[in-house]
Formats: sequence, C-alpha cells, structure tokens
Amino acid sequence: MKKILIIGANSGIATAVARIFAKQGCALYLLGRNGEKLQTLANDLLIRGAAQALTNSFEATNLDTHSEVLERVLVEFGDFDAALLAHGSLPEQSECQNDFELTHTAYTTNMLSPIAFLTWLANYFEAQKAGNLAVITSVAGDRGRQSNYIYGSAKGALSIFLQGLRNRLLVHGVTVTDIRPGFISTAMTKHLVQGPLFVRPESIAGGIVKAMKRGASTVYLPKFWRLIMLIIKLLPEFIFNRLKL
Amino acid sequence: MRKDCTGLTDYLGTQFLPWGRHPRPTNQRAVFLPSISSSLTGLHGQSYMLPYGLGRSYGDSCINSDHIVLPFSDHNHLISFDSNTGLLRAEAGVSLGTILEVFVPQGWFLPVSPGTKFVTLGGAIANDIHGKNHHRAGTFGCHVSQFELIRSSGERLICSKDSNSELFCATIGGLGLTGLITWVELKLIPIRSPYLDTATIKFRNLDEFFDISAELDSSMDYSVSWVDCTAEGDNLGRGLFMAGNFSERTKTKHPPKLSIPFPCEAPSWLLNSLFMRSFNTIYYNKQRQRRVDALTHYEPFFYPLDAVLNWNRMYGKRGFFQYQFVIPFGNDRSVIKDIFARIAKSKRASFLAVLKTFGNISSPGLLSFPKEGVTLALDFPNQGTPTLQLLSELDAVVRDAGGSIYPAKDARMSPEMFKLSHPRLDEFLRWKDPQFSSSLWRRVMESQ
Repeated sequence: MKKILIIGANSGIATAVARIFAKQGCALYLLGRNGEKLQTLANDLLIRGAAQALTNSFEATNLDTHSEVLERVLVEFGDFDAALLAHGSLPEQSECQNDFELTHTAYTTNMLSPIAFLTWLANYFEAQKAGNLAVITSVAGDRGRQSNYIYGSAKGALSIFLQGLRNRLLVHGVTVTDIRPGFISTAMTKHLVQGPLFVRPESIAGGIVKAMKRGASTVYLPKFWRLIMLIIKLLPEFIFNRLKL
Repeated sequence: MRKDCTGLTDYLGTQFLPWGRHPRPTNQRAVFLPSISSSLTGLHGQSYMLPYGLGRSYGDSCINSDHIVLPFSDHNHLISFDSNTGLLRAEAGVSLGTILEVFVPQGWFLPVSPGTKFVTLGGAIANDIHGKNHHRAGTFGCHVSQFELIRSSGERLICSKDSNSELFCATIGGLGLTGLITWVELKLIPIRSPYLDTATIKFRNLDEFFDISAELDSSMDYSVSWVDCTAEGDNLGRGLFMAGNFSERTKTKHPPKLSIPFPCEAPSWLLNSLFMRSFNTIYYNKQRQRRVDALTHYEPFFYPLDAVLNWNRMYGKRGFFQYQFVIPFGNDRSVIKDIFARIAKSKRASFLAVLKTFGNISSPGLLSFPKEGVTLALDFPNQGTPTLQLLSELDAVVRDAGGSIYPAKDARMSPEMFKLSHPRLDEFLRWKDPQFSSSLWRRVMESQ
C-alpha cells in the first residue's frame, strides 16, 4: 500500500491515520472541505516522511461534483492503491426531530456523499483488479437508539451498502473495510461530556491502518466495542425499547 | 454550550484539569479555536482567557475557574524543518513526544526535555521547562529562536531576541499570561543513536550525593537523582544518582513501547506511610552494586513515568501536591538536610523525590524558575490541612535560604512567596496581556 486517497482528511481520525502512512513513506492525496487546513496538514505529512502530499477541497453536500473531484485526483495523483473515506458530521438529534432539512443534510453528508464517492471508486478498483476501500462508519449504525438514530441510520445504511459492495468486489481482488469506531474525542464530539469510554483518535489510527492492509471486512475500534455492540444487538426489543439509550 | 458573537462555541471546560487533579476547576469554559490564524478579538467579553495544552502543569497555573481555557493541543502540525541545521518550526500544540517520534529516527533530539514527553511546545515555553541537562544546556527557552504571539488586542507579533524582545523574555516562563503562542521555532540537537551510555550510582547520604554530583556533572550531559525521602538518621538523603551521555552505540532490538493505563482513581488509603516506606526501600535496594553502567534507550532514561498513562490517578480522588524549589549554592547542604529531616519526620513523604543541581546558564525568561543552585521536587498526597502546613513550613526554610518555588507545580504558595520567587515580577507586569489570567494568577496576585 503505497498510494492512498483520504477523503475528509481534516477529521481527527483521518489526520491520525494519515500521519502513520506518512511515517511509512506513502504518497497521499488529501480531500477535505477546508483547503487551508488541508495544506497545513499536507506540509506536516511531508515533514513526517510522506513521499507526496497533494490536496484539493470539496463540499460533501455538492453530490454532483464528487465524480469530477475524483477524476481530478486521477489526473494529479495517478493510479492509487487504497481510499479511506472519513468525512461525516454529527447532527443534533433533537433538532433533526423538528426539522427535516437538518435530517436531509445529515443523510447527505454521512450517507449519500460517501455512496457517491464509492460508486466511482468501486468501478475504478474493480477495473484495476486490486485495492482497498475503507470507510469510517460508526457503532451507532448497529442499532437505532432514541438519542442518535438519524446519524445511526445514515451510518447503518452505509454499512449495509459496504456489505453488498464487498460481496460484489471480492472476486475482483478488491477488499472493502467497514471501520466502526466507538466514542472518539475529535472536533465532531467535543460538545459531548467525555466519559471514560472516549479515546483519542491516535489510539485507533494504528488499528485502521492494520485493517486496511489486511483487507479486513468489519472492525470495531477500540476492539471492546464489538462485545458492547453484540450485547446491544442481542437485547430483545421489549427490553431495548424500555431503555433510554 | 453557547455561542458568542464570534460564532465560536463555549463548551463545558471542567474536564480540563491540572495534572495533580487538585484544585478542580469550577465553572470553567473551553473555547476551541478553529486554527492558529483565528483571532482572539471579541472572544473574551468579560472573561479572562488561558491557553491549555496537555494539562501537565501540576497545580492551578493551567486552569481558569469561572473563565475560559483555550485548548490548543489539536493545533499540532509541523510547519518546517531544516535537516542541515535542525531548525524546526511547529504549531504550539505539537507535543515533545511527536517531535521525538518524528525526529529521533532522523538523528535529532530535543535540546531540553522534562520528565514527561506529554507537554506541548507552548507549555514548554510558558513554564520555561528544564531537564536533566540544565547544568549543560540551560532551560528550554534558551533554545527557542522565535515564536508568534497573538495578543487580545488582535496584534500578531513575531517575538525573538531581536524583535519584540521584551515580550519574548516575558513569554518565556510567562505562565501563558502574555497571549497565545501559535507557533514556535527551536533548534534540535544532533544525536548518533537513540541510546545513552548511563551510570547509576548509589549514594548513602546527602554528602555523598553532593560529591558525586560535583564529580560527574562536568563529564555527563544529563544527570538526576532519586532520593528516598522516608529514610532518616544515618541514611538521610540516600538515593540513586543517574547520569548519561548520548552514545555512539546502538542496539538493533529496541525495547517494547509500554503504555499501561492507570484505569481509575486509587483508593486514598493505598498510599499510606508504610506503603511509601516499603516502596522507597525496595527501590533503593534494587541495585546491589555501588555503580552500574549500561546502554539505555532514551525512553526509560528520560520518561520512566510516561510508561504508566494517568499515573496521577494513583493519588486518588483528592489528588496530590507537587513541590519544587531551588536554593542557591552556599549553605545548600544544610538546608536540604533540614528539609529532608522535616519530611521524613512528617511521615508524609512519597515516591518521587528528585534532586538535581542547576547550572549557571541563565534563561531569557523574566519569570523563569531555574537558577544556579540545588533543586528538589517532591510529591505529597493531598491530605488536607496537615499537608498544607508541612508545605508552608518548607516554604519558610526555602525563603530563608533565598530560594524560589516553581509555579508550574504549585497549587498553594502564598502571594508573598510568589513575589519572593520572582524578583523580576514588576518588569513582567508591563507585558502581561490584560485579558489573560489563570486560577494561579488570581490566587497569588489577589492583594494587588
């Protein structure tokens, strides 16, 4: 894995992952919303050892532009081995309940935008007969909970999309990795009260790189979330519905 | 959570604690700046601001109760590096650990490093930190060529010895009160290997410490001593002198990187005097021979405690006090003996008593703590009034010896002691930013 495209590179998790790839001497192409921040990051990655660090900005809600953005990556960067999709936003659940526009935006950013990118990328890797597609989803997608089901259902739909894509691309030598982080302290979650389950993005970045390299299917990070989510998924509805989760 | 006129959001800031976990900030809010080019104007309103890095200051110098902290550790990008000269420019939230991770493999090391690598560049300047090589290299501030400072007035100033030099000197050791440091430029030092040739020498009492220190500090770049502060009588001040120089040699197999989290706050009865005494005795006796030479990786040599993340939780809910002072050479031997005798008698001693001699390289910083003499750092579990009484007693001894207390480790010194510790305080006041303050600052300056 030498050349990697990272979408949503300014996110806390993607930045931590990019720094590991940089240390390993990889070439990176960074996409994100804020071009100035991307340039700062690119500079940082070059000093850390990245062979190359190119940037371009995009807007997740402009779905029409997604394939153009990727065509440009191909022109500037050439063929690449892997793509990590890390962009997303955490909507305010209570506000979404009263305003469909907010729900719509949350779905666009967290589900439709990644799917727009994946449609292009899947065909690209399928033709190349190799590659890894890794997407940051969330443990929130495993079961709908009253506190977070807008975000959760967007991420859950994305996980099911990835399942099908994995099924389709396996015979073409392409791996599809669904990364489901638990609570991570990043810009996206800093308004939440940070309980003991919160970890820094640096502590899961190594796990993401490993999962991408071995082409894992679904990974929970930190790992103990697999057990937590298993229990939450196994709770019968009549109990689950009485809980305030 | 609330938004102010700048569009930035205030968050609950109570999780931004000092490392000693005492005092706990109350009604503290946090404002995250989007980038290092963000402006501070209009942000503060009636509140005072204080930059917050990785929270390794032990006491209330890094918290701002009833006011705002500006968490800065996410502004952690490297900006430029000259591999010929070792000149590095980086955002102020970059940690020393990051610098080591990136540049040790390329043959560079920090010019000065404290006992933890989990501090930011901004924090290293604000506290003008020192390390095991103070007798050879001075403080961190001695190696900083320039930095950018934003003032609450909106000014962005490049500070160095040549430009805005007064602010440069006020900011080094300035406890984060002169404005927000956005980026820092400093010079790394070349190393041949990540290993040091080290010597660990046992000393049976303080006189032996002073003899060894006088003998070895001239040939060793790095030195520090651990002292058993539970020992009394003939054993008073016994301990281990640890010194080293970066080696030409290396090992092919590096030691495993340990980081064990300390999972929760320990019960407060754990650190009783029997436990402390046993720990200290075992630690002192772990080495049989008088002197052991070894090839030691820089991690365990410089950062033994970093292997246990959140070791501060060991002191339980009530937290702990750190106490570090420096006294000038002269009657230092008798003063240090007096202090050890008082601590041993109080039975409140703890694991970490660290003794070192500071050299004569002076820092540009106006409030910089280190000065030529002997320094001792101790930690004490917070047992309320008796602990505070002991520390006030020690203050009096330090004051009479013409010494100073380190504010980065303090949570209780009196306004009078603060003033005595900082002879250039009046000069500093001219450069302090009027909209910056901290819980410590209000505590020690309340009379003014």
